[in-house]
Amino acid sequence: MSFRLIFQIAKAHLLTRKKQSIIAAMGVMFGIGTYIIMMSFMNGLNGLLDNLILNRTPHIHLYNEIKPNENQALLIDPAYKGQQIMIHSVKPKNVQLNIHNALPLMQHLMRLPEVKGVTPQVKAQSFYLGGATQLTGLLMGVDILKEQALYDIDQYIVQGSVIDLSRTANGILLGAGVAQKLALQVGDFVQISTKTGDILNLKIVGLYQSGMAEIDNVQSYVNIQLAQRILNVSEDFISDINVKLFDMQKAPALAKRMAAQYHITATDIQTANAQFETGSSIRTMISYAVSITLLIVAGFGIYNILNMLIFEKMNDIAILKAVGFSGKDVKYIFISQAMLIGFVGGIIGLLLGFSVSVIIDNTPFETAALPTIKTFPIVYRPIYYIIGVSFSLIATFFAGYFPSRKAEKMDPVDIIRGQ
Amino acid sequence: MQPVLEAKQITKVFRSPDEIQVLKGISFSVDKGEFVSIQGKSGCGKSTLLYILSTMDTDYTGELFIDNQLVTGQDHTHLAHIRNEKIGFVFQFHYLLPEFSVIENVMLPAKKLARKSLQEIEHDAYEKLKLLGIQDQALKLSTQLSGGQKQRVAIARALINQPSIIMGDEPTGNLDSRNADLVFSIFRELATSFQMSLLIVTHDDDFARKTDRIINMGDGQIIY
Repeated sequence: MSFRLIFQIAKAHLLTRKKQSIIAAMGVMFGIGTYIIMMSFMNGLNGLLDNLILNRTPHIHLYNEIKPNENQALLIDPAYKGQQIMIHSVKPKNVQLNIHNALPLMQHLMRLPEVKGVTPQVKAQSFYLGGATQLTGLLMGVDILKEQALYDIDQYIVQGSVIDLSRTANGILLGAGVAQKLALQVGDFVQISTKTGDILNLKIVGLYQSGMAEIDNVQSYVNIQLAQRILNVSEDFISDINVKLFDMQKAPALAKRMAAQYHITATDIQTANAQFETGSSIRTMISYAVSITLLIVAGFGIYNILNMLIFEKMNDIAILKAVGFSGKDVKYIFISQAMLIGFVGGIIGLLLGFSVSVIIDNTPFETAALPTIKTFPIVYRPIYYIIGVSFSLIATFFAGYFPSRKAEKMDPVDIIRGQ
Repeated sequence: MQPVLEAKQITKVFRSPDEIQVLKGISFSVDKGEFVSIQGKSGCGKSTLLYILSTMDTDYTGELFIDNQLVTGQDHTHLAHIRNEKIGFVFQFHYLLPEFSVIENVMLPAKKLARKSLQEIEHDAYEKLKLLGIQDQALKLSTQLSGGQKQRVAIARALINQPSIIMGDEPTGNLDSRNADLVFSIFRELATSFQMSLLIVTHDDDFARKTDRIINMGDGQIIY
C-alpha cells in the first residue's frame, strides 16, 4: 500500500476544507500550548517554593535534643519488672548542647559516599539592643563560605555579601526585620547582649532576608568563631551539623543510620517538611489534571470535526472504495488527516507555549518575600515539549481512529444506491 | 472463448424491512470483447446484481468468477484489489473526487495499484483523456467540467488500469442524447478496437439495442 498516495488524499481533503482544518489544528494548538505554559509556570512556581524551603534546609540535621531519658532507673530495675510504674515530674537530662567529638565526626561524615557536604553551626541565643529595647535574637555561627557553596545563602543576602562576612571577624549579616526595627544599615554597628550579659558591638556587613518574617526578625549570621566566643566555649564546640546529600531521597534512611551510629538526634528533610512535600505534590497533581483536561477537550474537538468531515466525504469514500481502495486505506486516510492536524497543531502549540513562557519569564514579579526574584519563574524542560507533542499525536490518533473506523466499515453500495 | 466474468446461481435476499428475494439464481457470463447491456424495470434487481458483480456487495449466495478466479468469499482487502485491477466502474453520476484535478482523478486507481512509475501513470492518464477527447481539460478541477465531460473523465478513470471488464450503472442516465451517443460510441470503440468487455445497466432502449447482447431482467430473474 502506498502511504504517499494516502497522505496525498488526506492532504487534499484538509486543504479543501481549510477553515475547518485550521480550527481543528487551533484546538490542538491551544491544548498543547496551555499544557506547556501550565507545566512550565506551575513547576517554575513549585521550584521557587522548593528553593524557598528545601534548598536552604539541610537534608539531615544532626543535633542533641533535650528530652527526658527514656530509660529511667526504675524501669530497668529488675526488682520492679512486670509491674505498673508511674514516675511523676520527670525532668530532662542535662545534655550538652554541643555535639560530642564534632570535628572528627564531620570528617567521618564527609567520607560517606552519599554526602555532598557538611557544615557546622553554633547557635547562640542573644539579644539585639537598640537603646532601651531588647529584641530576642539568634546568632547563627557558620562557616559562611561553606554555607554559600552548599546552600547558596547569598540568594537571601540583599545587601553586602558572604565575602564581606568571611573577611570581617566581628561582622554580622543582620536579619532584615531586625535591621528595620532598629533602623540599622549596612556599615552600622549593632549591639548584642549575650546570654551571660556581655555586650558586643558587631559590624553590619550585610542584610539577610529569607522571605519569612519570623526568621528575618530573629536570625542573623556571624562567623562560627565569633559565636563560639559569645558562648564562651572552645573551638571544637559545635551545636549543629548540617548534612547535604547528593540525593535528597536517601535522607530518611541515612538519618536513621546516623542517629543509631552516633547517638545523636538526626532529622531528615522529609520529616521536617512533610506538609511542604504534600503541598508540592498536590500542586503538581492540579497542574497535570488541568493540562490533561485541556488536551482531552482538544481531542474531542478533533473528533467532532473529523466526524463531520467523514459525513461530508461519504461520496469520496464510496468512490475510493469503488475504484479499489480497501476499507483499511480509507481508514488510514482519515487517521492521517487527524494526525496531520495533531502534528501541525502540536508543533504550533509548542511554539505558542514556548513564546508565552518566554513572555511570562520576562514579566516583572517583585515580592518582599523573595528578594532575589525579579520576574515570574518559568522552567524550560524539554520533557514537557516532548509530552506535549506525543500527547497531541496520541490524542488525535484516537480522535481520528473512531470516525475512521466508521469510514472503513461504510458500504459504498449504500452510499451509491442512496443517491 | 474464455468468459471474463461468470455468475453462477447468484441469489440475494434483502432482510429489512421484510424478507424479499431480489435475485433468484442468476447465471450468465460475459466473454472477452463482448458488449452486454442489462435492461429491466425499476426494482427488478439489475443494479443490485451489478453491485454484486462489481464485488462491492458481498452479501449473496452463489458463485462469481472474474478472469476464471473465484471472487466469492474473498476478504475485503482482496476484493478491493480485484476492483482496482480488473474492474472499471462508471456510475450514473460521475463520482469524481472534487478535491482533485481531472488528471489526478484519472491517475488515482493506477497510483493505488502502484504497478507503474508516476511518469508512466501520468502518460497513461493523458492517453486515456486523449482517447476520450478531453485532454485539454486535464488540469482543471473536476467540478469545473460539464456533465458530459465529467462522465468521460469517469470513463478514463475506469480505463486507467486496463481492466478486464468495465461495468456501468446507467452511465448515460444523466446525459442528454448527444452526450449519451458520445459515451456509447466510446464504449463501442473500446469493445471492438480494444477487445474490452463491457457490462452496462441501462434504461435506455436505444442504447441497449446497439449492444452485442441484451440481458433482460424481471422480478429477480433473467427473462431472456
